[in-house]
Amino acid sequence: MAIDDKLAEDLKTQGVHVTSFESLINWGRSSSLWPLQFGLACCAIEMIAATMAKYDMARFGAEVFRPSPRQADLMLVAGTVTKKMAPQVVRLYNQMAEPKYVIAMGACAISGGPFKDGYNVLKGIDRYIPVDVFIPGCPPRPEALLEGLINLQGIIKKEKLIGKDRARHADPEGYADLPVPEYGAHDLEPPMNPNVWNAPDSNPKGKGDEA
Amino acid sequence: MSIIVEEIAKQIGKELPHLEAGLTYFENPSPSEQHSILVESDNLVEVMTYLRDTSGLEFDFLSNVSGVDWPEGEVAEKITIEKSEGESEEGAEDKEQEEKKPAGGFLEVVYHLYSMARKEGPLVLRARTKDRGVNNAVASVTPVYRSAEFQEREAFDLFGIDFTGHPDLRRILMWDEFEDSPMRKDYVNPDDYEYEPTPHADTLKRAEAHYPQSEAEQVESKDEQAESTD
Repeated sequence: MAIDDKLAEDLKTQGVHVTSFESLINWGRSSSLWPLQFGLACCAIEMIAATMAKYDMARFGAEVFRPSPRQADLMLVAGTVTKKMAPQVVRLYNQMAEPKYVIAMGACAISGGPFKDGYNVLKGIDRYIPVDVFIPGCPPRPEALLEGLINLQGIIKKEKLIGKDRARHADPEGYADLPVPEYGAHDLEPPMNPNVWNAPDSNPKGKGDEA
Repeated sequence: MSIIVEEIAKQIGKELPHLEAGLTYFENPSPSEQHSILVESDNLVEVMTYLRDTSGLEFDFLSNVSGVDWPEGEVAEKITIEKSEGESEEGAEDKEQEEKKPAGGFLEVVYHLYSMARKEGPLVLRARTKDRGVNNAVASVTPVYRSAEFQEREAFDLFGIDFTGHPDLRRILMWDEFEDSPMRKDYVNPDDYEYEPTPHADTLKRAEAHYPQSEAEQVESKDEQAESTD
């Protein structure tokens, strides 16, 4: 049972800081995200800009870009994911240690973007790996990336470590490795991971009736 | 000074008389005036070598190799019939008749040659395969111009043109297991469509396949709206 917020506030005025183990851990995790150092297209340039002096992502504790997935806990999918690249992205995700988080940066990583009709572009990396934060834009400005990062930190701070609705990394039943798609004769096989993503239902008529 | 393609074609025919029958000069009527020479695939290496090594031509740089798909079909050609003098003033404009001719049914490779030494170009050469099926071979010019290597691999990858004599003919953009030729006109996209709120044109057609009922209704309602606004 967490501490009563009001009581904690009262104690704070007396100079006594009370916290729970859970929020301490989550605070630590959210404040030292180590992103995986890889970029796929023009969004990567904005990502680099966000880490440089002007926007300075280090202010939010996410400046240590790691060139190895073993040392990273945040995957920034910055750019167009081609079908040829998708298995490698999933493989990198599998190689990262839990807890791990994914930010899909830019229209391409979210949905295929302007290349959505193309035969060679994956229509959103969320077809294969679970995405925590989507940042729209083509490409998103560095401020948008920072906003997405802060949102992700908010998500991490709310994570439960025990109980029924605990976070994936605290759940021994949480999946270990995601299946890596294989190169098929016409498309990736399978074209999506049904445990992670399913085509959204569409009912345009129903929507129209509501309006 | 610009190059005169017709004269180069004549020069090749004169200097290499055994190839003359395989050369066709194509005039481009558009303002770009990019005339071209169609070369028989078997003669391609010889013609390219001649163009590269002859002084006065010295086309030492192959800038571009591109593929073109010409599916089988009919091409409508406009034929102008000049009016006869006896006709009335109403027929002042020349009559134009359309004549349909069977055309296509082959793959084409287009080469752009430049001369760095003479600062001139491009000279456009073309070569065609016999058909789009089994006889899809064109001679590789990689032995003459090394810069053709990757571009021929790209044309092989996306158009399925088989370059005979290429040292390393593999797919370069798509994965090795891929079987289609995606830049051909009859290529069918993989069906990985996802619903979007405002589908239109081709996207709408594919959406209808995925969401037959709801999408059909939406189209109906849109038509109704259009009628009501009329």
